[in-house]
Amino acid sequence: MNWVWNNLDLIGELTLEHIRLSIPPILLGFLISIPLGFLAYRFKLTRGLLLTVAGLLYTIPSLALFVILPPIIGVSYLSEVNITIALTIYAVAIMARSVADALGSVDPAVRQSATAVGFSSWRRFWQVEFPLAGPVILAGLRVASVSTVSLVTVGIFIGIESLGYLFTNGLQRRIFAEVLTGVVMTVIVALLIDAILVLIGRLLMPWTNPGTRRSANRTATQLPLAQGGGAR
Amino acid sequence: MNLFTEAIDWIFSAERFQGYNPLGLRLGEHLWFTFLSLLLAAAIAIPLGYLIGHTGKGRNLAVGISGAARALPSFGLIVLLVLIVGVTRAPAAAVISFVLLAIPSILAGAYSGLEAIDRRVIDSARAMGMTEWQILWKVEIPLGLPLLIGGLRSGALQIVATATLAAYIGLGGLGIYIFEGLPLRDYPQMLGSAILIAALALLLDALFAILQQFVVPRGVTAGRVRDDRATSTRRRAVAGTPAE
Amino acid sequence: MIEFRSVSKQFPDGTLAVDDFSLVMPSRKTTVLVGSSGSGKTTILRMINRMVDPTGGAVLIDDEDISGLEPVALRRRIGYVMQNGGLLPHFKVVDNIATVPVLTGVPRGAAREQALTLMDTVGLDRSLADRYPSQLSGGQQQRVGVARGLAANPNILLMDEPFGAVDPIVRAELQQETIRLQRELDKTVVFVTHDIDEAFLLGDQVVILEKGGRIAQVGSPTEILADPASEFVADFIGADRGKRALSIRRTERGAILVDSEGRAAGVLVDGGPTA
Repeated sequence: MNWVWNNLDLIGELTLEHIRLSIPPILLGFLISIPLGFLAYRFKLTRGLLLTVAGLLYTIPSLALFVILPPIIGVSYLSEVNITIALTIYAVAIMARSVADALGSVDPAVRQSATAVGFSSWRRFWQVEFPLAGPVILAGLRVASVSTVSLVTVGIFIGIESLGYLFTNGLQRRIFAEVLTGVVMTVIVALLIDAILVLIGRLLMPWTNPGTRRSANRTATQLPLAQGGGAR
Repeated sequence: MNLFTEAIDWIFSAERFQGYNPLGLRLGEHLWFTFLSLLLAAAIAIPLGYLIGHTGKGRNLAVGISGAARALPSFGLIVLLVLIVGVTRAPAAAVISFVLLAIPSILAGAYSGLEAIDRRVIDSARAMGMTEWQILWKVEIPLGLPLLIGGLRSGALQIVATATLAAYIGLGGLGIYIFEGLPLRDYPQMLGSAILIAALALLLDALFAILQQFVVPRGVTAGRVRDDRATSTRRRAVAGTPAE
Repeated sequence: MIEFRSVSKQFPDGTLAVDDFSLVMPSRKTTVLVGSSGSGKTTILRMINRMVDPTGGAVLIDDEDISGLEPVALRRRIGYVMQNGGLLPHFKVVDNIATVPVLTGVPRGAAREQALTLMDTVGLDRSLADRYPSQLSGGQQQRVGVARGLAANPNILLMDEPFGAVDPIVRAELQQETIRLQRELDKTVVFVTHDIDEAFLLGDQVVILEKGGRIAQVGSPTEILADPASEFVADFIGADRGKRALSIRRTERGAILVDSEGRAAGVLVDGGPTA
């Protein structure tokens, strides 16, 4: 435990760095997934194509992706842009599917009644379908964010410092407390971001608060679990 | 694209098949650790998942543990275990961490496969006079098999990815070329092996995808169109392995 | 004969589904339990094959207390038909019907042969034998369910709202089929429904249940219609309204029967069926 007290500055610094690296892929992934998920939900052809490509990209182990990606996007493999894009790809791969599923789960009767009372399709999407799909989209976002936080640690191998530094450094110096701190702090950052997302979800979607949840709740709890995959 | 040509050249150069670091050996190591760990994880997670799925007990605990497990950084877990069991026993530490990382997916596949079955089917099986074992073997396992394979699929991919990182602690496997290439800035070698690792993962994923299609009971595919309309959202939510 | 002796069932969550229920269901007759949801009718039915065990009282089959019997063995000699058939989706029609005989050790070939005969009995074309349940219509699935219930040649057949999920035309057809089967096979049938018309159509003995399995009235359809025991029963069977409250109206051409709304419902003829 001595190690922790002597290195509080380092831990704090790395934690902040870790958070800073985690947020862009989560946000970008979310923003990109909405149009992609919509395309996948709306058109059968794009659905097959998009979900297959997403599935294949998600299958590639992270360290391999960090190495393969740079020549394709034209950056150095040591650049931070590299891992931001790689982690965004994973986030999109998870979320595009859940956006498509979420939109598909909106009760057709609600959709039809919205059309019947005169919503244009643009407004219907933003005011009816998207909010109703919210809980399932949020579930996907939570999976993507937890997975992103843990994947950031892999960046240490290509020189991107995060809490992952405590793993390589701790191994070299054989300091158990250092490695344990790295693991625990990564989990804490993941849970922290998760808690913030849940809170935002409650504020934006008050109708899904506990007690009133039904089917959406069920899907929401099952989705993250079955999607497997964590740090690759 | 020049880099990719160099990487392909690296893969097919004569050195890959001889010397101290032959490709066959590294591929063999990668596969061996993957299958060994998958087998061990399955041996633990499947019976447990079936117990949860059949009795409906312990589900919340399983969901909680699996959720928390996803937040675990896999490389951190390996290093932690290496320091616990000792650096000389690094392979054992790696296998333990692979098993731990694969268990949540397989567990989820096993119990969600049982949970997704129409309650009335199980109720009527019991009413006909099937014993609990017969319900499990004749009804629940066959109908839950596709989701179980989905869980094994996620678990296997998780292990392949983590085994790549485990080359850092001396496990061998295909990741070793990346870690050797990094300090030398030998990018063709890194890229070549990264391509091989990606190809291995995609191949394994494809094999599991085929297996998954193959184990869907005939009667379920036969009525798929009607079935889908009734249960599509739920089934997809449960079955949502990322690679589909 | 199935006998309920002051049977109660309290579920672990505290709800008292059935409270002090006593009844004799005579052999080779159809007893229909009818009531709205929460009347405990399905719980009562499921106590006969020990899918539910009573928390008080005893259930006897042919004077034997079933609480001493092994549930699995008991269930195998009692046919059970439920809504949507509860068919095994991964078994072909013929194997669904043969499930119980195969469980009890009948060789598969013989069990299938017998299953084909049963398909004839319930009016299913043999060409459907190799289909899967999802490839059948709702009515056909229901017939498979009935055939499966009969497969072990049980003396008792339990039917839990078997026709609840099919459309009215198919339901009428299946009801007629059930009457025909009962004439041919002579089983002790216990039938659960919330549809009073179905109860009167099929039941030799009709049991009208109130909340908590309290018996509002037991009797033949005639007895109940002729003399509803209470306001609740009269209301439930609709004796004072609609198509059941018929009255005679004399017209120039003869007498006709009209319902409570005054719509013509039938004519008065001499020498109708005696029952």
